[in-house]
Amino acid sequence: MTAPAKVNGRAGRKRGPLVTPWSWLVGPLLIVLIVAFLVPMWLMVVRSVTDPPGAGLANYQEFFNSEADLRVLGNTFYIAAISTIACLLIGYPYAYLMAIVPQRVAGILLIFVLVPFWSSLLVRTFAWEVILRDVGLINTTLKGLGLIDQPLPLIRNTFSVILGMTQILLPFMVMPLYTVMQRIDPELTRAAANLGAPPAKAFRRVFLPLSYPGVTAGCLLVFVLALGFYITPTILGSARETMISRFIADQIQQRVNWGLGTAMAVVLMVLTFICLAIASRFVKLRDVYGALGDES
Amino acid sequence: MTDSWRRPIRIGLIAFGVFTIIFLIGPSLVIVPMGFSAGSILEFPPRGFSLQWYQKMVTDPAWTSGFINSFEVAVATAICASILGTMAALGLTRGKFPLKSVANAFILSPLVVPAVVIAIGMFSLFVRWKITGSIVGLTLAHTALAVPYVVVSVSTSLRSMDRNLEMAAANLGANPVRTFRHVTLPLIMPGVFAGAVFAFLSSWDEVVVAIFLTTTKFRTLPTVMWEQVRQVIDPTVAAVATVLLATTTIVLTLALVVRRQAPVR
Repeated sequence: MTAPAKVNGRAGRKRGPLVTPWSWLVGPLLIVLIVAFLVPMWLMVVRSVTDPPGAGLANYQEFFNSEADLRVLGNTFYIAAISTIACLLIGYPYAYLMAIVPQRVAGILLIFVLVPFWSSLLVRTFAWEVILRDVGLINTTLKGLGLIDQPLPLIRNTFSVILGMTQILLPFMVMPLYTVMQRIDPELTRAAANLGAPPAKAFRRVFLPLSYPGVTAGCLLVFVLALGFYITPTILGSARETMISRFIADQIQQRVNWGLGTAMAVVLMVLTFICLAIASRFVKLRDVYGALGDES
Repeated sequence: MTDSWRRPIRIGLIAFGVFTIIFLIGPSLVIVPMGFSAGSILEFPPRGFSLQWYQKMVTDPAWTSGFINSFEVAVATAICASILGTMAALGLTRGKFPLKSVANAFILSPLVVPAVVIAIGMFSLFVRWKITGSIVGLTLAHTALAVPYVVVSVSTSLRSMDRNLEMAAANLGANPVRTFRHVTLPLIMPGVFAGAVFAFLSSWDEVVVAIFLTTTKFRTLPTVMWEQVRQVIDPTVAAVATVLLATTTIVLTLALVVRRQAPVR
């Protein structure tokens, strides 16, 4: 295997050159990402303090002094938090099921997570609109059955936003949970059972604690992604459910207020990085996304 | 031992699993029959059966040009991302350089930075370069967004491959380029292929950055759909949504089948 190179990694670092030949292959991608990703991010930061000219921190002050703007931030956190909890409540039993069924069945259960993950977010949001709106599937059916006269208020509220976001984000919860649960040795719970622990106790004292890294990873990932959601809350929510991404987009597209828009974008970016910094103590991002692409 | 109450739990879990599967894919499936409606409004159950909305989709220039633009951008993205990503994965897996973990995190970061933030950042730069509303601009943007999938996928292949095979080739007199072409590349090809597929899919479905980087003259399928969904909705949107879903499912299934038959695990 590749062991020799890795075993004396530390010693090798001292002896070998600072940059080995293979490393140069990263160069082209780094150049592209710096030009197309890092520079735009930097320009955005610059713009947030120079638009209008000499703005300084005025844009940030404007945001943090406006009660209406802060409500958008509060909304964003609230919707993201509830969606994360809902994802955990649905995702945990599902991942647990995947972990205890035979490999073949787990593979099928995995496909039902992967296909939605790779399907268009816009289409999935649109589907919820078609189902929930006043002349949608649910209201039409209930009316047809004579159960209601007036359509139920299923859309353009916090409920519909959270419902849609939970469904769309669920794969991001299931994958890290499953990755961790898969590695838990079934012998451990069996040993607890053999020692006389009832199944519920064996689960609570052995399996559950061992699955915590997956819970942490899944929750942080879902929360971070939920913070930046734009399409789903915009289609399924009303102005009251405005989340920060829509707020940013509206500032730029409709009010052409680049200063406030970019300042908000910087705030959102900083919040994202703080959450990720916490997350990276528990899990590697690479593992989470690696699992999403791996169907084995 | 305590099978008497283990059974209801098991049945409960399975019922929950079925519920979750319906929750995950059910809503999207509702759209499919709606696109075949003979009626003039979007409704469920659809009135009768007709292909008129599919016909409208393939004749309306907004949708057809959107389709072509999306496809071109997605293919270009898949090509650029898989070349750049494969090279980077080789460098990250086998190379050694200062700040490697920083470079690694930086390459993966487009996955988690909010799309709107990326979108307005790119927009303000691309406007200066006058590449908004062009294949070049959107491909560049989508490549940055898609490349992490390739890097992750190829790195996984690289780490699971047996490097003794490369040494054997070198011992038999193959030069590094030949070794790479005839030994390494075939071994990691499933990973490269999967990465290219993921890159294609991520570009094909991408909306937010495309909303900012496209213009009325150059729209992609999801951006046309975004405009339609927010205004009047006729069943054409359901037809287009069905096409988007079908493309994803077919491409993904093909990728899974090819990868399963591949020699590397």
